[in-house]
Amino acid sequence: MNPIRKKRIYSILFVLLFSVSGISLILYSLNSNLDYFFTPTELKDRNIPADKRIKVGGMVLSGSVERISSSIFFVITDYENSIKVEYEGIVPDLFKEDSGVVVLGNLRDKILYAEEVLAKHDENYMPPNIEINDDN
Amino acid sequence: MIKKFIHQFASPKTYLYQVSRFYKYIFYFSLIIYIISIIWGLFFTPEDFVQGNSYRIIYLHVPASFLSQTLYLAMAISSITYLIWRVKLAAYLIIAIAPIGAMTTFIALISGSIWGIPTWGTWWQWDARITSTLILFIMYLGLISLHNSFSNHEKADKLLSWLVIVGAVNIPIIKKSVDWWSTLHQSASITLTDKPSIDPVMLYPLIGSIVGFFGLVICLVLLSSKYQILHREKNKSWVKDYV
Repeated sequence: MNPIRKKRIYSILFVLLFSVSGISLILYSLNSNLDYFFTPTELKDRNIPADKRIKVGGMVLSGSVERISSSIFFVITDYENSIKVEYEGIVPDLFKEDSGVVVLGNLRDKILYAEEVLAKHDENYMPPNIEINDDN
Repeated sequence: MIKKFIHQFASPKTYLYQVSRFYKYIFYFSLIIYIISIIWGLFFTPEDFVQGNSYRIIYLHVPASFLSQTLYLAMAISSITYLIWRVKLAAYLIIAIAPIGAMTTFIALISGSIWGIPTWGTWWQWDARITSTLILFIMYLGLISLHNSFSNHEKADKLLSWLVIVGAVNIPIIKKSVDWWSTLHQSASITLTDKPSIDPVMLYPLIGSIVGFFGLVICLVLLSSKYQILHREKNKSWVKDYV
């Protein structure tokens, strides 16, 4: 290969290396700040001020949903730790027990007072009549 | 022989004549596949066990998202080709692909938002996947407007190529964002390593819609590159013969 082209290849590789390492450093230093939500386990050892709004994600613990007039109470769990949630308002259609949820709110006295409740679904798609076989 | 073939094809003139020959076959083939897959996906597949009917927008969202990233990679490959071998056709392709890429990214963002309302309960959240896709869209727009702001085409091509290569870092970030960080967006259903987590009756029309959409977008790229060639080589004698 002629020397000019070789030089061009090296400069492209150099630029690629430079940008990849630059971006990696930025992402590495931001790390958990890029997370969309905390899990209950991550929150356990943290001291979150009551006036700071946080997002907590996990599964709705089965049997924990309770509706009293327009309020709804439930427990978010990651199957290790869990957090109680209190919310007044309408939850999305996909909100149900044993399914993913992300809650935005303030944590006071171990209870999350929610302002917004979002449903999170997973990457599985299948027809409703098929039995779910737990082979994984 | 291969070298000779590549050299010939890299000439804008041969490219243009070959494209005109094959264009309509690609177009009708992919149009038929896309229409069949969409009808199949919308009317002949069962509902999803969680999302009901709202999951059907997957037959637009996934092809558009896939193409938005693939087109950027195509731009990056063209940029490298142009920077190393100074192939003019590669430079025309970069700027021909950019608006099509912006369009598919826009479709991906809009269809994702529409999908988000009935399922997540929101149309926009700043999670890693959605934000990095928005960055991709802004990058496409930035590259287009940068190229337009130059009067010297050759300078614009070189600068554009370098920027495209630098920006290519965003593509693996978009792809892996759902694995590296916690996001509202679910992780990938179709991967190279694992069995797809989407049922075969829904998967086949999805693959069909990806193939069909891919072909239709390729057609747009061909048209757009045809325009670029005619525009940039308008003073050459063969262009006058062609037109």
